[in-house]
Amino acid sequence: MLIDVHAHFYHQRTPRSDWRERNASRLGAGEKIGITVHVASILGSFGLTSPTYFPSPRDVTAGNDALLALQRAHPERIRGYACVNPNYTAHARAEIVRCLDAGMIGIKLAASRRADDPLLDPIAALARERRVPVLQHIWQHRRHDWPGQEASDAVELCTLARRHPDVAFILAHIGGGGDWLHSLHAVRDVPNVYVDLSGSGVDGGMLEACIESAGVSRLVWGSDITMDTGWAKLRYLESQLTREEIAAIRWKNAARIFPAGAFPSD
Amino acid sequence: MRVDCNAFLGAYPWRKVPGTSPEALVAALARTKIDVAWLTHLPSLFWRDPTAGNAWLCETAKAHKGFRPVPTVHPGLAQWEHVLADAANAGAPAVRCDPLYLGIDPAGGEMRVLAAACGATRVPLMLAVRLEDARQRHPNDRVAELPAAAVRALIRSDPDVRLIVTHADRAFIEEVHFGSTPEEARRIWWDICWIWGPPEDHLATLLETIGSERFVFGTGQPLRLPENSVAKLDLLDLKPETRAAIESQNLAALASGGDA
Repeated sequence: MLIDVHAHFYHQRTPRSDWRERNASRLGAGEKIGITVHVASILGSFGLTSPTYFPSPRDVTAGNDALLALQRAHPERIRGYACVNPNYTAHARAEIVRCLDAGMIGIKLAASRRADDPLLDPIAALARERRVPVLQHIWQHRRHDWPGQEASDAVELCTLARRHPDVAFILAHIGGGGDWLHSLHAVRDVPNVYVDLSGSGVDGGMLEACIESAGVSRLVWGSDITMDTGWAKLRYLESQLTREEIAAIRWKNAARIFPAGAFPSD
Repeated sequence: MRVDCNAFLGAYPWRKVPGTSPEALVAALARTKIDVAWLTHLPSLFWRDPTAGNAWLCETAKAHKGFRPVPTVHPGLAQWEHVLADAANAGAPAVRCDPLYLGIDPAGGEMRVLAAACGATRVPLMLAVRLEDARQRHPNDRVAELPAAAVRALIRSDPDVRLIVTHADRAFIEEVHFGSTPEEARRIWWDICWIWGPPEDHLATLLETIGSERFVFGTGQPLRLPENSVAKLDLLDLKPETRAAIESQNLAALASGGDA
Protein backbone atom coordinates (compact mmCIF):
# COMPACT_ATOMS: atom_id res chain seq x y z
CA MET A 1 0.00 0.00 0.00
CA LEU A 2 1.18 3.52 -0.75
CA ILE A 3 -0.50 6.64 0.60
CA ASP A 4 0.24 10.02 -0.96
CA VAL A 5 -0.45 12.43 1.91
CA HIS A 6 0.09 15.54 -0.20
CA ALA A 7 -1.78 15.66 -3.50
CA HIS A 8 -3.66 18.39 -5.31
CA PHE A 9 -6.39 18.39 -7.90
CA TYR A 10 -7.90 21.20 -9.94
CA HIS A 11 -11.40 22.08 -11.00
CA GLN A 12 -13.26 24.13 -13.54
CA ARG A 13 -13.10 27.42 -11.67
CA THR A 14 -9.32 27.67 -11.50
CA PRO A 15 -6.98 29.47 -13.92
CA ARG A 16 -5.90 26.19 -15.48
CA SER A 17 -7.68 25.38 -18.70
CA ASP A 18 -5.97 21.98 -18.63
CA TRP A 19 -7.43 21.02 -15.26
CA ARG A 20 -9.04 17.83 -16.54
CA GLU A 21 -5.79 16.69 -18.15
CA ARG A 22 -3.78 17.42 -15.01
CA ASN A 23 -6.23 15.53 -12.80
CA ALA A 24 -6.16 12.58 -15.19
CA SER A 25 -2.39 12.78 -15.39
CA ARG A 26 -2.10 12.60 -11.60
CA LEU A 27 -4.30 9.54 -11.45
CA GLY A 28 -2.41 7.95 -14.35
CA ALA A 29 0.97 8.62 -12.79
CA GLY A 30 -0.38 7.31 -9.53
CA GLU A 31 -1.24 4.02 -11.22
CA LYS A 32 2.33 3.71 -12.48
CA ILE A 33 3.84 4.59 -9.11
CA GLY A 34 1.43 2.32 -7.28
CA ILE A 35 -0.36 4.94 -5.21
CA THR A 36 -3.27 3.39 -3.37
CA VAL A 37 -4.84 6.61 -2.11
CA HIS A 38 -4.21 10.26 -3.01
CA VAL A 39 -5.02 12.39 0.03
CA ALA A 40 -5.64 15.68 -1.71
CA SER A 41 -6.66 19.28 -1.24
CA ILE A 42 -7.89 22.04 -3.49
CA LEU A 43 -6.81 25.55 -2.52
CA GLY A 44 -9.98 27.48 -3.34
CA SER A 45 -9.94 28.75 -6.91
CA PHE A 46 -6.12 28.62 -7.13
CA GLY A 47 -6.09 32.35 -7.75
CA LEU A 48 -8.95 32.77 -10.19
CA THR A 49 -11.33 34.70 -7.94
CA SER A 50 -9.27 34.99 -4.74
CA PRO A 51 -5.57 34.39 -4.00
CA THR A 52 -4.41 30.79 -3.77
CA TYR A 53 -3.10 31.25 -0.26
CA PHE A 54 -5.80 33.66 0.88
CA PRO A 55 -8.92 32.01 -0.52
CA SER A 56 -12.28 33.65 0.07
CA PRO A 57 -14.88 31.64 2.00
CA ARG A 58 -16.86 31.21 -1.20
CA ASP A 59 -13.82 29.82 -3.03
CA VAL A 60 -12.90 27.61 -0.09
CA THR A 61 -16.34 26.03 -0.21
CA ALA A 62 -16.28 25.66 -3.99
CA GLY A 63 -12.85 24.02 -3.89
CA ASN A 64 -13.89 21.63 -1.16
CA ASP A 65 -17.08 20.82 -3.07
CA ALA A 66 -15.00 19.99 -6.14
CA LEU A 67 -12.80 17.71 -4.06
CA LEU A 68 -15.80 15.99 -2.53
CA ALA A 69 -17.06 15.36 -6.06
CA LEU A 70 -13.69 13.84 -7.00
CA GLN A 71 -13.80 11.72 -3.87
CA ARG A 72 -17.22 10.45 -4.87
CA ALA A 73 -16.04 9.80 -8.43
CA HIS A 74 -12.94 7.89 -7.27
CA PRO A 75 -13.92 6.38 -3.93
CA GLU A 76 -11.05 3.89 -3.99
CA ARG A 77 -8.37 6.41 -4.93
CA ILE A 78 -9.09 9.88 -3.55
CA ARG A 79 -9.59 11.17 -0.02
CA GLY A 80 -9.79 14.82 0.90
CA TYR A 81 -8.40 17.41 3.22
CA ALA A 82 -10.81 20.19 4.09
CA CYS A 83 -8.93 23.32 3.06
CA VAL A 84 -9.83 26.39 5.10
CA ASN A 85 -8.79 30.00 5.65
CA PRO A 86 -8.38 30.52 9.43
CA ASN A 87 -9.04 34.26 9.10
CA TYR A 88 -12.71 33.34 8.74
CA THR A 89 -12.90 31.31 11.90
CA ALA A 90 -16.58 30.48 11.94
CA HIS A 91 -16.60 29.56 8.28
CA ALA A 92 -13.44 27.51 8.68
CA ARG A 93 -14.83 25.47 11.55
CA ALA A 94 -18.16 24.95 9.84
CA GLU A 95 -16.42 23.95 6.63
CA ILE A 96 -14.26 21.41 8.44
CA VAL A 97 -17.30 19.84 10.08
CA ARG A 98 -19.18 19.77 6.77
CA CYS A 99 -16.31 18.19 4.85
CA LEU A 100 -15.38 15.64 7.51
CA ASP A 101 -19.01 14.63 7.78
CA ALA A 102 -18.98 14.15 4.02
CA GLY A 103 -16.01 11.80 4.20
CA MET A 104 -12.87 13.92 4.17
CA ILE A 105 -10.13 12.74 6.48
CA GLY A 106 -7.93 15.73 7.32
CA ILE A 107 -7.52 19.50 7.44
CA LYS A 108 -5.32 21.52 5.09
CA LEU A 109 -3.95 24.87 6.19
CA ALA A 110 -2.09 26.70 3.49
CA ALA A 111 -0.64 30.14 4.11
CA SER A 112 -3.46 32.42 5.12
CA ARG A 113 -2.26 32.92 8.68
CA ARG A 114 0.98 32.14 10.50
CA ALA A 115 0.89 28.70 12.13
CA ASP A 116 1.64 29.97 15.63
CA ASP A 117 -1.19 32.52 15.52
CA PRO A 118 -3.93 31.98 18.15
CA LEU A 119 -6.47 31.98 15.32
CA LEU A 120 -5.34 28.46 14.53
CA ASP A 121 -6.19 27.16 17.99
CA PRO A 122 -9.91 26.64 17.34
CA ILE A 123 -9.00 24.67 14.22
CA ALA A 124 -6.48 22.55 16.06
CA ALA A 125 -9.07 21.95 18.78
CA LEU A 126 -11.50 20.72 16.15
CA ALA A 127 -8.81 18.47 14.69
CA ARG A 128 -8.35 16.93 18.13
CA GLU A 129 -12.08 16.50 18.59
CA ARG A 130 -12.48 14.80 15.21
CA ARG A 131 -9.13 12.96 15.46
CA VAL A 132 -7.85 14.10 12.07
CA PRO A 133 -4.38 15.40 11.13
CA VAL A 134 -3.58 18.92 9.98
CA LEU A 135 -1.41 19.35 6.89
CA GLN A 136 0.34 22.73 7.21
CA HIS A 137 1.97 24.40 4.20
CA ILE A 138 5.54 25.28 5.20
CA TRP A 139 8.28 27.45 3.78
CA GLN A 140 11.42 25.72 4.99
CA HIS A 141 13.19 28.49 6.93
CA ARG A 142 11.30 31.58 5.88
CA ARG A 143 13.81 34.41 6.14
CA HIS A 144 11.37 37.09 5.05
CA ASP A 145 7.82 37.47 3.86
CA TRP A 146 7.12 36.20 0.39
CA PRO A 147 4.48 37.83 -1.77
CA GLY A 148 1.14 36.14 -2.05
CA GLN A 149 1.33 34.12 1.13
CA GLU A 150 1.67 34.37 4.88
CA ALA A 151 3.92 31.34 4.95
CA SER A 152 4.85 29.57 8.13
CA ASP A 153 8.06 27.78 8.87
CA ALA A 154 8.78 24.75 11.02
CA VAL A 155 9.49 26.74 14.16
CA GLU A 156 6.03 28.30 13.99
CA LEU A 157 4.35 24.98 13.28
CA CYS A 158 6.17 23.42 16.22
CA THR A 159 4.88 26.20 18.46
CA LEU A 160 1.33 25.30 17.46
CA ALA A 161 2.06 21.59 17.82
CA ARG A 162 3.34 22.05 21.36
CA ARG A 163 0.11 23.84 22.25
CA HIS A 164 -1.87 20.89 20.87
CA PRO A 165 0.15 17.77 21.72
CA ASP A 166 -2.73 15.42 20.94
CA VAL A 167 -3.06 16.58 17.33
CA ALA A 168 -0.91 15.17 14.52
CA PHE A 169 0.53 17.93 12.35
CA ILE A 170 2.10 17.19 8.98
CA LEU A 171 4.91 19.54 8.02
CA ALA A 172 4.33 19.95 4.30
CA HIS A 173 6.79 19.25 1.50
CA ILE A 174 10.21 19.09 3.10
CA GLY A 175 11.51 19.21 -0.47
CA GLY A 176 9.26 22.09 -1.44
CA GLY A 177 11.79 24.85 -1.30
CA GLY A 178 13.84 26.53 1.37
CA ASP A 179 16.32 25.32 3.94
CA TRP A 180 15.01 21.88 4.90
CA LEU A 181 17.79 21.37 7.40
CA HIS A 182 16.47 24.29 9.43
CA SER A 183 13.06 22.60 9.57
CA LEU A 184 14.51 19.26 10.52
CA HIS A 185 16.35 20.78 13.46
CA ALA A 186 13.08 22.34 14.60
CA VAL A 187 10.97 19.17 14.52
CA ARG A 188 13.49 16.87 16.16
CA ASP A 189 11.89 16.83 19.62
CA VAL A 190 8.28 17.61 18.70
CA PRO A 191 6.75 14.13 18.48
CA ASN A 192 3.40 15.15 17.03
CA VAL A 193 4.93 16.77 13.93
CA TYR A 194 5.31 14.43 10.98
CA VAL A 195 7.51 15.24 8.00
CA ASP A 196 5.95 14.94 4.56
CA LEU A 197 8.62 14.02 2.01
CA SER A 198 6.94 15.70 -0.96
CA GLY A 199 8.14 18.62 -3.07
CA SER A 200 10.22 19.11 -6.16
CA GLY A 201 13.49 18.94 -4.21
CA VAL A 202 15.43 15.70 -4.52
CA ASP A 203 18.58 16.82 -2.78
CA GLY A 204 21.19 14.26 -1.95
CA GLY A 205 21.39 14.08 1.82
CA MET A 206 17.90 15.37 2.51
CA LEU A 207 16.37 11.98 3.21
CA GLU A 208 19.24 10.95 5.45
CA ALA A 209 18.71 14.15 7.40
CA CYS A 210 14.97 13.45 7.66
CA ILE A 211 15.63 10.03 9.13
CA GLU A 212 18.23 11.35 11.51
CA SER A 213 15.99 14.14 12.74
CA ALA A 214 12.47 12.72 12.81
CA GLY A 215 13.13 9.00 12.58
CA VAL A 216 11.38 6.63 10.22
CA SER A 217 8.28 6.62 12.43
CA ARG A 218 7.55 10.29 11.71
CA LEU A 219 8.04 10.34 7.95
CA VAL A 220 5.10 10.19 5.56
CA TRP A 221 5.34 9.91 1.80
CA GLY A 222 3.82 12.44 -0.57
CA SER A 223 4.25 14.01 -3.97
CA ASP A 224 2.68 17.51 -4.10
CA ILE A 225 2.90 19.08 -7.58
CA THR A 226 5.72 16.90 -8.91
CA MET A 227 5.25 13.14 -8.79
CA ASP A 228 8.52 12.11 -10.40
CA THR A 229 10.40 13.60 -7.47
CA GLY A 230 8.20 11.75 -4.99
CA TRP A 231 8.79 8.51 -6.82
CA ALA A 232 12.53 9.16 -6.90
CA LYS A 233 12.66 9.65 -3.14
CA LEU A 234 10.65 6.49 -2.58
CA ARG A 235 12.97 4.49 -4.85
CA TYR A 236 16.01 5.80 -3.05
CA LEU A 237 14.58 4.98 0.37
CA GLU A 238 13.69 1.49 -0.82
CA SER A 239 17.35 0.95 -1.61
CA GLN A 240 18.43 2.09 1.85
CA LEU A 241 15.85 0.91 4.38
CA THR A 242 14.39 -2.35 5.60
CA ARG A 243 11.03 -3.61 4.40
CA GLU A 244 9.41 -2.67 7.72
CA GLU A 245 10.86 0.82 7.62
CA ILE A 246 9.66 1.33 4.07
CA ALA A 247 6.18 0.11 4.96
CA ALA A 248 6.08 2.69 7.72
CA ILE A 249 6.87 5.50 5.32
CA ARG A 250 4.68 4.15 2.51
CA TRP A 251 1.50 3.85 4.58
CA LYS A 252 1.72 2.68 8.18
CA ASN A 253 2.63 6.05 9.64
CA ALA A 254 -0.18 7.66 7.65
CA ALA A 255 -2.63 5.01 8.76
CA ARG A 256 -1.69 5.82 12.34
CA ILE A 257 -2.46 9.54 12.15
CA PHE A 258 -5.49 9.54 9.84
CA PRO A 259 -8.85 8.36 11.16
CA ALA A 260 -9.38 4.62 11.45
CA GLY A 261 -10.82 3.21 8.25
CA ALA A 262 -9.53 6.04 6.10
CA PHE A 263 -7.61 3.65 3.86
CA PRO A 264 -8.67 0.38 2.23
CA SER A 265 -6.98 -2.26 4.34
CA ASP A 266 -6.66 -0.07 7.38
CA MET B 1 22.48 1.90 -22.30
CA ARG B 2 22.05 4.89 -20.00
CA VAL B 3 24.53 7.75 -19.85
CA ASP B 4 24.41 10.48 -17.22
CA CYS B 5 26.01 13.58 -18.73
CA ASN B 6 25.58 15.66 -15.59
CA ALA B 7 27.30 14.17 -12.55
CA PHE B 8 29.90 15.31 -10.07
CA LEU B 9 32.58 13.92 -7.82
CA GLY B 10 33.83 15.50 -4.63
CA ALA B 11 32.45 17.55 -1.77
CA TYR B 12 30.07 20.49 -2.03
CA PRO B 13 31.05 23.52 0.02
CA TRP B 14 27.58 24.66 1.06
CA ARG B 15 26.13 21.60 2.74
CA LYS B 16 26.84 18.00 3.68
CA VAL B 17 26.19 15.74 0.71
CA PRO B 18 26.61 11.98 0.97
CA GLY B 19 27.91 9.87 -1.89
CA THR B 20 30.59 12.18 -3.27
CA SER B 21 33.40 9.62 -3.52
CA PRO B 22 34.18 7.57 -6.63
CA GLU B 23 33.15 4.39 -4.81
CA ALA B 24 29.83 5.88 -3.78
CA LEU B 25 29.22 7.04 -7.32
CA VAL B 26 29.89 3.55 -8.64
CA ALA B 27 27.25 2.27 -6.22
CA ALA B 28 24.77 4.95 -7.27
CA LEU B 29 25.29 4.16 -10.94
CA ALA B 30 24.70 0.47 -10.27
CA ARG B 31 21.61 1.27 -8.23
CA THR B 32 20.07 3.36 -11.00
CA LYS B 33 21.34 1.25 -13.90
CA ILE B 34 23.45 4.04 -15.33
CA ASP B 35 26.28 2.65 -17.45
CA VAL B 36 28.37 5.76 -17.96
CA ALA B 37 28.68 9.06 -16.10
CA TRP B 38 30.21 12.26 -17.41
CA LEU B 39 31.84 13.81 -14.38
CA THR B 40 33.08 17.16 -13.18
CA HIS B 41 35.12 17.74 -10.05
CA LEU B 42 32.65 19.58 -7.85
CA PRO B 43 34.90 21.28 -5.27
CA SER B 44 37.04 22.97 -7.89
CA LEU B 45 34.04 24.80 -9.37
CA PHE B 46 34.47 27.03 -6.33
CA TRP B 47 38.24 27.41 -6.49
CA ARG B 48 40.02 30.44 -7.93
CA ASP B 49 41.65 28.06 -10.36
CA PRO B 50 38.93 25.49 -11.09
CA THR B 51 41.24 23.60 -13.41
CA ALA B 52 43.30 22.44 -10.43
CA GLY B 53 40.84 19.58 -9.93
CA ASN B 54 41.13 18.30 -13.49
CA ALA B 55 44.19 16.11 -13.01
CA TRP B 56 42.58 14.19 -10.16
CA LEU B 57 39.37 13.94 -12.14
CA CYS B 58 41.10 12.49 -15.20
CA GLU B 59 43.13 10.03 -13.13
CA THR B 60 40.03 8.90 -11.28
CA ALA B 61 38.10 8.50 -14.51
CA LYS B 62 40.86 6.34 -15.95
CA ALA B 63 40.52 4.00 -12.99
CA HIS B 64 36.78 3.46 -13.39
CA LYS B 65 35.20 1.87 -16.41
CA GLY B 66 32.04 3.97 -16.54
CA PHE B 67 33.56 7.36 -15.76
CA ARG B 68 34.23 10.03 -18.39
CA PRO B 69 35.90 13.28 -17.28
CA VAL B 70 34.40 16.65 -18.08
CA PRO B 71 37.25 18.99 -17.11
CA THR B 72 36.64 22.59 -16.21
CA VAL B 73 38.09 25.43 -18.28
CA HIS B 74 38.53 28.99 -17.02
CA PRO B 75 38.89 31.31 -20.03
CA GLY B 76 40.13 34.11 -17.80
CA LEU B 77 43.28 32.27 -16.77
CA ALA B 78 46.40 32.36 -18.90
CA GLN B 79 47.03 29.30 -21.03
CA TRP B 80 43.46 28.08 -20.71
CA GLU B 81 43.82 26.90 -24.30
CA HIS B 82 46.15 24.18 -23.03
CA VAL B 83 43.45 22.93 -20.67
CA LEU B 84 41.04 22.67 -23.58
CA ALA B 85 43.62 20.95 -25.75
CA ASP B 86 44.46 18.50 -22.99
CA ALA B 87 40.78 17.70 -22.57
CA ALA B 88 40.38 17.12 -26.29
CA ASN B 89 43.49 14.95 -26.41
CA ALA B 90 42.31 12.96 -23.41
CA GLY B 91 39.04 12.21 -25.16
CA ALA B 92 36.89 14.17 -22.76
CA PRO B 93 33.32 14.14 -24.09
CA ALA B 94 32.89 17.81 -23.11
CA VAL B 95 34.40 20.60 -21.06
CA ARG B 96 32.59 22.63 -18.45
CA CYS B 97 32.61 26.34 -17.78
CA ASP B 98 30.15 27.93 -15.38
CA PRO B 99 31.00 31.59 -15.86
CA LEU B 100 29.07 33.01 -12.95
CA TYR B 101 30.86 30.70 -10.52
CA LEU B 102 34.11 32.04 -11.96
CA GLY B 103 33.01 35.64 -11.69
CA ILE B 104 33.10 36.34 -15.41
CA ASP B 105 30.49 37.75 -17.74
CA PRO B 106 28.46 34.79 -19.03
CA ALA B 107 28.12 36.37 -22.45
CA GLY B 108 31.31 38.43 -22.41
CA GLY B 109 34.48 38.29 -24.43
CA GLU B 110 36.16 35.52 -22.48
CA MET B 111 33.20 33.19 -22.84
CA ARG B 112 32.87 33.99 -26.54
CA VAL B 113 36.51 33.18 -27.13
CA LEU B 114 36.07 29.92 -25.22
CA ALA B 115 32.97 29.12 -27.27
CA ALA B 116 34.91 29.66 -30.47
CA ALA B 117 37.76 27.48 -29.27
CA CYS B 118 35.35 24.72 -28.28
CA GLY B 119 33.79 24.99 -31.72
CA ALA B 120 37.17 24.74 -33.42
CA THR B 121 38.23 21.71 -31.39
CA ARG B 122 34.76 20.10 -31.68
CA VAL B 123 34.51 19.74 -27.93
CA PRO B 124 31.03 20.51 -26.55
CA LEU B 125 30.83 23.19 -23.88
CA MET B 126 28.73 22.40 -20.82
CA LEU B 127 27.10 25.04 -18.59
CA ALA B 128 24.73 24.75 -15.66
CA VAL B 129 21.85 27.14 -15.12
CA ARG B 130 22.05 26.43 -11.39
CA LEU B 131 23.24 23.71 -9.05
CA GLU B 132 20.61 24.08 -6.35
CA ASP B 133 17.14 25.53 -5.95
CA ALA B 134 17.58 29.24 -5.28
CA ARG B 135 15.19 29.04 -2.34
CA GLN B 136 17.43 26.76 -0.32
CA ARG B 137 20.90 28.01 -1.01
CA HIS B 138 23.31 28.94 1.73
CA PRO B 139 23.01 32.63 2.68
CA ASN B 140 26.54 33.23 1.44
CA ASP B 141 25.99 31.35 -1.84
CA ARG B 142 25.00 34.35 -3.93
CA VAL B 143 26.06 33.31 -7.41
CA ALA B 144 23.37 34.32 -9.88
CA GLU B 145 21.70 31.77 -12.10
CA LEU B 146 22.85 31.58 -15.71
CA PRO B 147 20.61 33.86 -17.77
CA ALA B 148 18.91 32.49 -20.88
CA ALA B 149 20.19 35.52 -22.77
CA ALA B 150 23.76 34.32 -22.18
CA VAL B 151 23.02 30.96 -23.79
CA ARG B 152 21.47 32.71 -26.79
CA ALA B 153 24.49 34.98 -27.06
CA LEU B 154 26.97 32.11 -26.85
CA ILE B 155 25.27 29.95 -29.44
CA ARG B 156 25.21 32.94 -31.81
CA SER B 157 28.82 33.81 -31.12
CA ASP B 158 30.34 30.93 -33.06
CA PRO B 159 28.86 28.80 -35.83
CA ASP B 160 30.56 25.63 -34.64
CA VAL B 161 30.11 25.75 -30.88
CA ARG B 162 27.84 23.10 -29.37
CA LEU B 163 26.38 23.59 -25.92
CA ILE B 164 25.09 21.20 -23.30
CA VAL B 165 22.98 23.14 -20.83
CA THR B 166 22.14 21.42 -17.55
CA HIS B 167 19.63 22.18 -14.78
CA ALA B 168 17.35 24.24 -17.04
CA ASP B 169 13.58 24.30 -16.61
CA ARG B 170 10.89 24.44 -19.25
CA ALA B 171 10.63 28.23 -19.43
CA PHE B 172 14.38 28.63 -19.83
CA ILE B 173 14.57 26.01 -22.55
CA GLU B 174 11.65 27.44 -24.49
CA GLU B 175 13.06 30.94 -24.28
CA VAL B 176 16.40 29.87 -25.69
CA HIS B 177 15.11 27.40 -28.24
CA PHE B 178 12.47 29.63 -29.77
CA GLY B 179 14.77 32.63 -29.41
CA SER B 180 17.31 30.96 -31.66
CA THR B 181 17.34 30.10 -35.34
CA PRO B 182 16.71 26.43 -36.16
CA GLU B 183 20.39 26.10 -37.03
CA GLU B 184 21.45 27.58 -33.68
CA ALA B 185 18.93 25.51 -31.74
CA ARG B 186 20.31 22.32 -33.33
CA ARG B 187 23.61 22.98 -31.58
CA ILE B 188 22.14 22.99 -28.06
CA TRP B 189 21.38 19.90 -25.95
CA TRP B 190 19.35 20.07 -22.75
CA ASP B 191 19.67 17.75 -19.82
CA ILE B 192 16.35 16.67 -18.33
CA CYS B 193 17.15 16.82 -14.62
CA TRP B 194 15.32 20.08 -13.85
CA ILE B 195 12.30 19.61 -16.12
CA TRP B 196 9.04 18.64 -14.44
CA GLY B 197 7.37 15.39 -15.37
CA PRO B 198 3.78 14.22 -14.75
CA PRO B 199 1.30 15.29 -13.58
CA GLU B 200 2.65 18.47 -15.19
CA ASP B 201 3.31 18.23 -18.91
CA HIS B 202 6.58 20.16 -19.07
CA LEU B 203 8.83 17.35 -20.27
CA ALA B 204 6.19 15.77 -22.49
CA THR B 205 5.47 19.14 -24.10
CA LEU B 206 9.13 19.92 -24.71
CA LEU B 207 9.72 16.53 -26.30
CA GLU B 208 6.85 17.27 -28.66
CA THR B 209 7.48 20.94 -29.42
CA ILE B 210 11.27 21.00 -29.47
CA GLY B 211 12.01 17.38 -30.28
CA SER B 212 13.45 14.48 -28.35
CA GLU B 213 16.72 14.79 -30.25
CA ARG B 214 17.55 17.89 -28.21
CA PHE B 215 17.35 16.20 -24.81
CA VAL B 216 19.90 14.14 -22.95
CA PHE B 217 19.83 12.18 -19.73
CA GLY B 218 21.42 13.97 -16.79
CA THR B 219 20.92 13.81 -13.06
CA GLY B 220 23.01 16.38 -11.21
CA GLN B 221 24.06 13.65 -8.79
CA PRO B 222 25.12 13.52 -6.02
CA LEU B 223 23.58 16.93 -5.30
CA ARG B 224 20.32 15.44 -6.58
CA LEU B 225 19.03 11.89 -6.41
CA PRO B 226 19.70 10.24 -9.77
CA GLU B 227 16.48 8.27 -9.36
CA ASN B 228 14.58 11.40 -10.29
CA SER B 229 15.63 11.51 -13.93
CA VAL B 230 14.85 7.82 -14.33
CA ALA B 231 11.47 8.23 -12.67
CA LYS B 232 10.37 11.08 -14.91
CA LEU B 233 11.11 9.01 -18.00
CA ASP B 234 9.31 6.03 -16.47
CA LEU B 235 6.22 8.21 -16.01
CA LEU B 236 6.06 9.11 -19.70
CA ASP B 237 4.77 6.75 -22.35
CA LEU B 238 7.80 7.04 -24.59
CA LYS B 239 8.56 4.89 -27.59
CA PRO B 240 11.62 2.73 -26.89
CA GLU B 241 13.59 4.52 -29.58
CA THR B 242 12.76 7.91 -28.10
CA ARG B 243 13.84 6.82 -24.67
CA ALA B 244 17.04 5.32 -26.05
CA ALA B 245 17.79 8.58 -27.83
CA ILE B 246 17.41 10.56 -24.62
CA GLU B 247 19.27 8.08 -22.47
CA SER B 248 22.29 7.60 -24.67
CA GLN B 249 22.04 8.02 -28.42
CA ASN B 250 21.75 11.79 -28.55
CA LEU B 251 24.90 12.04 -26.47
CA ALA B 252 26.62 9.51 -28.68
CA ALA B 253 25.81 11.61 -31.72
CA LEU B 254 27.04 14.71 -29.96
CA ALA B 255 30.25 13.05 -28.82
CA SER B 256 30.95 11.78 -32.30
CA GLY B 257 30.98 15.34 -33.53
CA GLY B 258 27.63 15.54 -35.19
CA ASP B 259 24.47 17.36 -34.34
CA ALA B 260 20.93 16.22 -34.67
